[in-house]
Amino acid sequence: MKCREMVELMTNYLEGALSTRDRTRFDEHIAGCDGCRAYLEQMRATRDAVGKIAEEQIPEHIQEQLLEAFRSWKASGL
Amino acid sequence: MAYVRDRDAAEDVVQEAWLTAIRQLERFEGRSSLRTWISGIVINLARARRRKESRVLTFTSLFGDLADRRKPTVDPSRFGPDGAWRELPRSWDNLPEEKMIGQETLGRIKAAIEELPPKHREVIVLRDVAQLDASEVGTLLGISAENQRVRLHRARAAVRKALEEYLA
Repeated sequence: MKCREMVELMTNYLEGALSTRDRTRFDEHIAGCDGCRAYLEQMRATRDAVGKIAEEQIPEHIQEQLLEAFRSWKASGL
Repeated sequence: MAYVRDRDAAEDVVQEAWLTAIRQLERFEGRSSLRTWISGIVINLARARRRKESRVLTFTSLFGDLADRRKPTVDPSRFGPDGAWRELPRSWDNLPEEKMIGQETLGRIKAAIEELPPKHREVIVLRDVAQLDASEVGTLLGISAENQRVRLHRARAAVRKALEEYLA
């Protein structure tokens, strides 16, 4: 398998969606290829970093509105 | 809310979703998790809004997944005639954690996600931002597992590229 093909399989690899045969060829290639190993690590790091943007602040006035909506919802006793 | 372009529209959709969710709470039957159910409401509202905003169907929106499967996600010039890396990608392992998840980096990530075609954007938002699992997302979007992986791959590859340029 070539590096050019490897990069297109990275998400299927991370999702556990490669066939047994492709998975073996993938593992064999990556064991001997620093470039593809670095690329795979970058894809993992990208996925993890994307997960961090959800932890960011919700704008304050929206937070207020949501809290307000919750308060009145709770107060209405539904 | 990476579904609709501007912030006001996103705020409207979120607010509408809360109201819809609250009104329909009694219809929630516990067949999916509450999180999935609410995500579904948000998606439907955001999609309806997007349809209202642009009625033009692009080539990508109709045939995207088929065409996408063939397009390389990495610039072909990075590989030699033998298909091997000309210059190896740099390892990010030695970057300080603060750099990877610093405000500026997160800003770049968000900008990259906003530029994605909507079909790729919604998959990465649900999978990697909201962290729903693959089967939940498949049900919500009504797409096959394979198409989901194609879209997720293209979305992550585009964000990776933006990060590579930023971190270089």
